[in-house]
Amino acid sequence: MPSEKSKHTFERWVVTILLIIGGLIVSLPFIWMISSSFKPESEILQMPPTLFAENPTLDNYISLFTNMNFGIYLKNTLIIVALSFVGLFFNAMAGYGFAKYNFKGKDKIFYLVLATMMIPGQVTMIPVYLLLNEMGLINTMLGIVLPGLAAAFSIFLFRMFMATIPTDLIEAARLDGAGEFYIFFRLIMPISKPIFAVQGILTFIAAWNSFLWPLIIANDESLYTLSVGLSLLKGQYANNFALQMAGAAFMVIPIIIVFSLFQKYIVEGFTTSGLK
Amino acid sequence: MLNQMLKTTMRNRHPYLFIAPALLILILFSLIPITIAFVISFTDLNLKGLADWSSINFIGLENYTTLLKDTVFHKAVFNTLFYVVIGVPLVIISSLGIALLINYGKNLIFTVFRAVYFMPAITNIIAVAVVWGFLYNTEYGLFNYVLSLVDVDKVPWLEQPVLAKLSLIVLAVWKGIGINMIIFLAALQGIPNSYYEAARIDGAKRWQVLVYITIPLLRYSIFFVTVTTLIGWLQFFEEPFIMTQGGPLDGTVSMALFIYQRGFQFSEFGYAAAGSFVLFIVIIIVTLLQFKLKKSDVDY
Repeated sequence: MPSEKSKHTFERWVVTILLIIGGLIVSLPFIWMISSSFKPESEILQMPPTLFAENPTLDNYISLFTNMNFGIYLKNTLIIVALSFVGLFFNAMAGYGFAKYNFKGKDKIFYLVLATMMIPGQVTMIPVYLLLNEMGLINTMLGIVLPGLAAAFSIFLFRMFMATIPTDLIEAARLDGAGEFYIFFRLIMPISKPIFAVQGILTFIAAWNSFLWPLIIANDESLYTLSVGLSLLKGQYANNFALQMAGAAFMVIPIIIVFSLFQKYIVEGFTTSGLK
Repeated sequence: MLNQMLKTTMRNRHPYLFIAPALLILILFSLIPITIAFVISFTDLNLKGLADWSSINFIGLENYTTLLKDTVFHKAVFNTLFYVVIGVPLVIISSLGIALLINYGKNLIFTVFRAVYFMPAITNIIAVAVVWGFLYNTEYGLFNYVLSLVDVDKVPWLEQPVLAKLSLIVLAVWKGIGINMIIFLAALQGIPNSYYEAARIDGAKRWQVLVYITIPLLRYSIFFVTVTTLIGWLQFFEEPFIMTQGGPLDGTVSMALFIYQRGFQFSEFGYAAAGSFVLFIVIIIVTLLQFKLKKSDVDY
């Protein structure tokens, strides 16, 4: 069947070409961002624009740290990332509690947890601000991190995974005299590595990108995150596009690196989180 | 009796200790706030009321009736509908189309494409808005330069209400494709090969396979993607917030942005809370409606 085969090759070419064109369009903003971030200020406003910088320079990146306080923003963002891993740990604990224990009101409490997923952020935004205000946590790192520490969805996924761990294993450890927390740290957590990997990467991305809470809670620049700093930069240097692109690239490139290293886990994570 | 109860609780304390930290946070920052939001939506709480609680007055439904008359809120509702009606179908169709194309092959090239199309989904929305703001720039932007090559005049991408909305939609679609594409891909890979083989033996054409086999079998994921995308787009916020601040002439204000502006720029907390409840109710109605429509559908 030579005609059938050539038809198949032809189709394959069409699909590949369509994907390449689409892929170029989709990645165009990234390419433009990175190439523009190396252009000196004079070159970026040049018409017609150059595809690659003629006189590539790192000045824009240096300027992020000298003219803007990107060093501080980076430090704050990393603190938020670290603290959100504490939240991940809380979610894992809760997931384990729901998966492997029977206690009074378990189902009702779990439905309550799931119900919080339906509440849109805009509704809780103002009351949470008022609550944090009463607690004196406005303009503190704790105030920025605390509201987002627990996530119903993450608890749900941890529960699903941990429910598959054989109860016999836990019973055996109990007979050997291991305490409940010892079992969780030394037995459950090592077994649950795959779900920790997926959730850990998603937690990192979410914390790295966090914007709205830092914006609302942080009043002074010393608590700004990279996202908030970048939006400030856009306002302050509205016409310095090279600097803006450098700021954007500085935020995006670490994510691209994390993504290419852990592509499989991230895609898996979104698939499982998407389909449930 | 009470002593007995306390003792059993102490003995069975472990599950409670495990769930307590996360549960407390969820109660404090999710369940209690929704009650507070409901209560303050009937008050005139503002910056003054925040400092001195005794100056807060219950004003009944006044916030809600004011919303009905507020022209900015009207615009916000209209714009949100505009975003949803155009954006949601665009996201679903393009992510399904790309998923079908990527699903065509199994080798490395297609894995690379999957990564390329997924990338926008995990990039920071602020960085995205900054980069697109540059691309859309009337004087120095890449888009207008490319158009000038084919002799098209400068397009004011973000400076005219309708066009600005469309420009924001393009950016949001670009960012929204990735996750949905992955969901469709997972569903596509779950379709047993025997279905396709049976169709081939029956001599079905490609488009027939797509319309009569693939799409019906994707019904569940299409439904899921529609519900989540719709909820997400009803809360459209960051794009207009960063790129246009709701302008020009409130032409890009969404309901979520309206709530933020009222709450945190004008400190009208009570009024903003009323607005947020309207949004919440809209989301609930739309979601329930979809489940209702889904139920009346036949099962395979």
